[in-house]
Amino acid sequence: MALPAFIDNALRSRADKNVGLLAEFSNPGDLYEAVEEVRRAGYTQIDTFSPFPIHGMDHAMGLRPSKLGYIVIVAGLTGCFLAFLMQWWMGAVDYPIAISGKPFFAVEPSVPIAFELTVLFAALGSVGGMLALNSLPKPYNPLFYSERFQRATDDGFFLQIAANDQKFDRAGAVGMLRDLGALGVEYVDHDGAYDLGDDGEIVTPTPAVPPPPPTTPAI
Amino acid sequence: MATTATTHAGRHDSPTHASGEHVLLADEELIKGNLSFHDITELVSYHSEKKTPLGWYLAFSAALLGLMTLGLALAYQVWNGVGVWGNNIPVGWGWPIVNFVWWVGIGHAGTLISAILFLFRQRWRTSINRAAEAMTLFAVACALIFPTFHVGRVWVIYYTLPIPNQMLMWPQFKSPLLWDVFAVSIYGTVSLLFWYVGLLPDLGTLRDRAVAQGRTLRAKIMGFFSLGWTGSNRHWRHYEKAYLILAGLATPLVLSVHSVVSFDFAVSIVPGWHTTIFPPYFVAGAIFSGFAMVQTLMIVARKVYNLENIITLDHLEKMNVIILVTGTIVGFAYITEFFIAWYSGVTYEQFAFQNRAFGPYAWAYWIMMSCNLIFPQLFWLKKMRRSIAVMFVISITTNIGMWFERFVIVTSSLHRDYLPSSWDYFSPTLFDVLTYIGSFGLFFTLFLLFLRFVPMVAIAEVKGVTPQADPHFYHTHGDGHGHRAAGDTPVAVPQVAYRTAASEQDNEV
Repeated sequence: MALPAFIDNALRSRADKNVGLLAEFSNPGDLYEAVEEVRRAGYTQIDTFSPFPIHGMDHAMGLRPSKLGYIVIVAGLTGCFLAFLMQWWMGAVDYPIAISGKPFFAVEPSVPIAFELTVLFAALGSVGGMLALNSLPKPYNPLFYSERFQRATDDGFFLQIAANDQKFDRAGAVGMLRDLGALGVEYVDHDGAYDLGDDGEIVTPTPAVPPPPPTTPAI
Repeated sequence: MATTATTHAGRHDSPTHASGEHVLLADEELIKGNLSFHDITELVSYHSEKKTPLGWYLAFSAALLGLMTLGLALAYQVWNGVGVWGNNIPVGWGWPIVNFVWWVGIGHAGTLISAILFLFRQRWRTSINRAAEAMTLFAVACALIFPTFHVGRVWVIYYTLPIPNQMLMWPQFKSPLLWDVFAVSIYGTVSLLFWYVGLLPDLGTLRDRAVAQGRTLRAKIMGFFSLGWTGSNRHWRHYEKAYLILAGLATPLVLSVHSVVSFDFAVSIVPGWHTTIFPPYFVAGAIFSGFAMVQTLMIVARKVYNLENIITLDHLEKMNVIILVTGTIVGFAYITEFFIAWYSGVTYEQFAFQNRAFGPYAWAYWIMMSCNLIFPQLFWLKKMRRSIAVMFVISITTNIGMWFERFVIVTSSLHRDYLPSSWDYFSPTLFDVLTYIGSFGLFFTLFLLFLRFVPMVAIAEVKGVTPQADPHFYHTHGDGHGHRAAGDTPVAVPQVAYRTAASEQDNEV
């Protein structure tokens, strides 16, 4: 199914940072050490992929804490403000109704709804903010060409060095990753995933599409 | 850090226990059976990938029958009006409110497990949080049915929301009933968000497995819902923050929801309802009944789905401890209410409570007392806490007791009001019963669909609490980060089947 060119290009450019070398390591410990080494070698455009968040990996990769909290507090305060505004305007301005001689608007009875809407807006802000910061949903990602990469959500631990890293040198990086104990190193770009030879050159293009035959019968 | 969760219950099955050593193997104990990461994936994903078993169809048919009962009972009620139920003056709030409060309460355990235990770093929660959160969602769905239809004209239920309508009027924001509309619907929404965020990595797992199995349609559906999740650490960073914030938001939210539900009663001036103890007592009761429901479901599910290594006896024991604690808090609240009724010196209040324990509804009151306060006391004994049969029975009696608690509060406070001439004895009708049974149909229909199509255990989170998930597990730096106990104590080291460079080459040949 061919997409219109402009969508195709937009998806590609969004996924450009996932073009590069992809190395698999056998466990979180090896991955952690490999990241430290790769950073020591000067690479900055790196990412790791693991089936669960690895303790301390942010530190190893030199990532700063997430800024999500700022988004959430703005969203939460907006919800709180809107809740008070709504209750005041609806109850005291647009259609005031006298009930048991109580004031048309007071802070105290407005607190429960203000609280609930604060939580609602903050929760939406936190999920929406997380997706936005991660640029998800991301239906296309060149990493999905790699068959090996299917294990990233099972028991595979991957390190990627992006091709747009200023220091990127494929032959050198491949050698380093192999020395660090990588189980396999591939090069991934917008056309597929490729195994690499000793010199870092592409040897056998692995076919991108045909999956192995089904092991369990489809429903 | 994680040790608090496991110091007591966690280590008793460990090999060191036999030798009397008190070596804390903490994290090793959460998941049993030396499972590798791949084993965990396999064990959980398999149940949503295999051919649907016959037993599931049988259970689903029964649940669907219940759902149809609900549909018919509600259709009859909508056609004829609220009069088909037993509520009538003086008992204007009958079973619908009892059932509403009961179902909402059950939902609370899911949020407690997913949010509060997360904030307290109780890592054992990972085995049960997914199913418990699903239970929350479905329980809230069941709960919402009752007030929605109890308003009588369900087709104008949108009057309760601040939506412009033909009357040009707005909701009455000073009413606790309206607070309830906001509290429960927002609670449902936030629970759904929390649940879905937790699911993202596992949907990614199912997607990748579907691709490997060559099931294109399934891969597309999972691909759609997993939003392109890759497990990137740059993503995990924001993801974990979002999860933490959601937990932090859900914690006060869950406490507020049952507090607001209790305001429906406490803000009124009916003797027996007008008490300040209601919010905390309702919250404790909600957690109590919710844990019991989780227990009932998990005892069955772990057996049927062979998840005994992931949802271990230790997990069940910990939940029993919470049932014991919250049950005792609830029982303490019952007694406090009596004391305050006497101490207040208000005749009406005193009568309401005397009437509650010794009046026409004494039978319901004592069912409540025994199920909620007395039976859970068995859990002081370790043997009882670890007996599947005992905990299954108590988990059921707890929910019977908690249903009767709401019944007692609603009915016994209303049926004898200030004028003896209007006193009456409340009895439910057939349609009360059918609607209640039908709500179980809805609950189990949804829960069975969940068990069939969604990973019922949080795969990524369970992997995260295994000892081999810590990068320091592999290299002892001598900096105190090593997880294994010092000395030559026989330690259960999981035999993790990792692929090594050598075995990788073998595969390629």
